[in-house]
Amino acid sequence: MHEYSIVHALLEKVEASAREHHATAVHSIRVRIGELAGVEPDLFASAFELCRSNTLCSGAQLDVVPSPAVWSCPQCAHSIANGEILSCPLCKVPARLSSGDEILLERIEMEVT
Amino acid sequence: MCETCGCGDSNLVPVEIHESLLSANDRLAQHNRDHFAAASTLAINLMGSPGCGKTALLEATARQFGGRRRLAAMSGDLATDRDALRLQAAGIPSLSITTGSGCHLDADLVHRALHDLLWRQADLLFIENVGNLVCPAVYDLGQTLNVVALSVTEGEDKPLKYPVIFRKADLVLLTKIDLLPHLPQVNVRAIEEALARTMPEPRMLKISAVTGEGIADWIEWLEAHPSLRREPALAEPV
Repeated sequence: MHEYSIVHALLEKVEASAREHHATAVHSIRVRIGELAGVEPDLFASAFELCRSNTLCSGAQLDVVPSPAVWSCPQCAHSIANGEILSCPLCKVPARLSSGDEILLERIEMEVT
Repeated sequence: MCETCGCGDSNLVPVEIHESLLSANDRLAQHNRDHFAAASTLAINLMGSPGCGKTALLEATARQFGGRRRLAAMSGDLATDRDALRLQAAGIPSLSITTGSGCHLDADLVHRALHDLLWRQADLLFIENVGNLVCPAVYDLGQTLNVVALSVTEGEDKPLKYPVIFRKADLVLLTKIDLLPHLPQVNVRAIEEALARTMPEPRMLKISAVTGEGIADWIEWLEAHPSLRREPALAEPV
């Protein structure tokens, strides 16, 4: 359950940013999680619920934006669906993942007096 | 926001961040990577299920090298230092990293272990991760290479079920191939097919730590890595 340690990293980053902006509370947080990031969005959300009490995020809404795995040929940009053989059928070169492995804190909305 | 009592409204301020939630681990992993590069040590993050044969592989690796390369190892486990003791007995200076309930190694655990293990003269440092196909895949340790061990009894579709760890593998070692004659239902070709759907550059070697089959190929693969020291130190205690 590495989701807990990632939620701890999230809370640390959000609290640091909130302090920097002299925020009184955090209203919402948006996180992007890739299909191949190795993080389960539901477990991430449950870990957030458990860990956020007594933090500036205690009333914050968490939005988890899923990001699908996008594979393509680095030479001809031919798109290769996830689950297919990861090699370009035309150029015979290994496919490249252009997105879908990210775990990103994208945006925080905070209340500032 | 207070709109009724006049105590002063607060404003909603959006702040764009776009930062990885693994950035703290990734910074420490880079620090480890710099240490490995400065010491010219090839660091290998060895991952795989519990019982897939990671420790047996390292014992067979030490036998095959026969002292031609200096080796060191750290072993991650929830409890006990049994793996590190086995590796010590095989002649590999080793240290255990006991994670308690932690399901994976991270860059900080490896960094701290680097302070306690005499590894700087080693040509190869094996980081035997906690037996698990899920969590270890997420954390960069600063390794030069990721190797995943998959035993023949785990099922042909394991790469499809756990694509994250296999995608990051530089090499997959199919272990316990001495058992294949007893497993008529296991089709090695199906495992290769599953790897081709999860690894952009699929590489698999078939090995048995019991019979020694394929271990020479594994050693040859390690020796071919450009950042391995060209002149191996001869067998002296590290």
